[in-house]
Amino acid sequence: MIRVVLPTHLRKLAKVDGELRLDVQGQPTQRSVLDALEASYPMLRGTIRDQVTFKRRPFIRFFALEQDLSNESLDAPLPEPVAKGSEPILVVGAMAGG
Amino acid sequence: MSGVRLLVGTHKGAFVLTSDPKRQQWKVDGPHFTGWEIYHIKGSPADPDRLYASQTTGWFGQLIQRSNDGGKTWEPVGNKFVYEGTPGTHLWYDGKPRPWEFKRVWHLEPSLSDPDTVYAGVEDAALFKSTDGGQSWSELAGLREHPTGPNWAPGAGGMCLHTILQDPKHPDRLFIAISAAGVFRTDDGGKTWRPMNRGLHSEGIPDPNAEVGHCVHRIAMHPSRPDVLFMQKHWDVMRSNDAAESWQEVSGNLPSDFGFPIDVHAHEPETIYVVPIKSDSEHIPPDGKLRVYRSRAGGNEWEELTKGLPQSNCFVNVLRDAMAVDSLDPCGVYFGTSGGQVYASADAGNSWSPIVRDLPAVFSVEVQTLA
Repeated sequence: MIRVVLPTHLRKLAKVDGELRLDVQGQPTQRSVLDALEASYPMLRGTIRDQVTFKRRPFIRFFALEQDLSNESLDAPLPEPVAKGSEPILVVGAMAGG
Repeated sequence: MSGVRLLVGTHKGAFVLTSDPKRQQWKVDGPHFTGWEIYHIKGSPADPDRLYASQTTGWFGQLIQRSNDGGKTWEPVGNKFVYEGTPGTHLWYDGKPRPWEFKRVWHLEPSLSDPDTVYAGVEDAALFKSTDGGQSWSELAGLREHPTGPNWAPGAGGMCLHTILQDPKHPDRLFIAISAAGVFRTDDGGKTWRPMNRGLHSEGIPDPNAEVGHCVHRIAMHPSRPDVLFMQKHWDVMRSNDAAESWQEVSGNLPSDFGFPIDVHAHEPETIYVVPIKSDSEHIPPDGKLRVYRSRAGGNEWEELTKGLPQSNCFVNVLRDAMAVDSLDPCGVYFGTSGGQVYASADAGNSWSPIVRDLPAVFSVEVQTLA
């Protein structure tokens, strides 16, 4: 079970409160978590990563354990506390816009 | 409910303004999609409860929202806009080739006859179509693949396809306009396209009379006479009597022929409206006076309409999709400003009053006349 925290706009779009809990098969990675997230909440497709290239959108960041995982490989295993569900992964709208 | 429903897209959400046919008392509903840019909302002519909205932010990209109950509730539908094939390049501001890249939907145009069919005009300029209520989108790629496509270049606001007009008498005929490529027409439902810019003259491009490259801001038609088109170009107000085969300037006595919106009276096909703006480098009304100009002669002879509009210290702009008319009698005219005002006239422009004064900057105003 993976815990995911979405930014406010995406929580409203997905009609969820608080953090999400997702079942992810196998070793959790950014890719498998996002696959599971978009399968459960299809309205989020395209808002976090491109629907064709799967590249993270420029102003989206992934944080966990006070670390920025945004530029890690999509297929790199997530840190163990995230994989075990003791810590959430945060999807963050980057501070931008002046 | 009979009356009028205004669909207002703003910098920070959507608003639905409703009134009875007197158009004096208004109910304001919103914001919907708070914090998101709503470039355009439009209702289906075939089913007024069916609305489509374009919702974007720089963070989360493009969404399309659909309502089946006149804007009370909304659901996100398909937002996958993928160019057909290998998109190739257009020109960038530096004159170099740049690959086509989807940025946002500027304009949604529901079909005249089918609530599930809707067109989307996007940046970088292309036309998409959905026939399943917005769930999936396909590009009408013949437009972007026109031989002139590699020479198209963006206007200051981006290379956007912002206007889509359907010809009620020829269902396979569409007119579209792109900044800064110009007007194109298809007569075969979007398979093939022709540039329709003969008569346009633009000083800001190397060949002022070029086949493409004109910064057309908006075109409008009256549905009873679809061969007659009116255009607000970057500079110049233009008119065509032959379905855009040729254009003639009708700027006449306007204080400035720069502007963005243009629209046609619902019952008088020769009565048209524009909002003159000082210049391309100063997007404010001339002399600080917000004035709509009306021509009852299809152009050239214009009268200023000022009653109820601020005539001093007014420095707002009115964007290309931010003017619309209802089909009541007398015809109602509406426009929204960059200062967040939405003005209404229930007497064809003779007098105006603000429905709201303090919305976020208004991007678009559309009207539904409800039976």
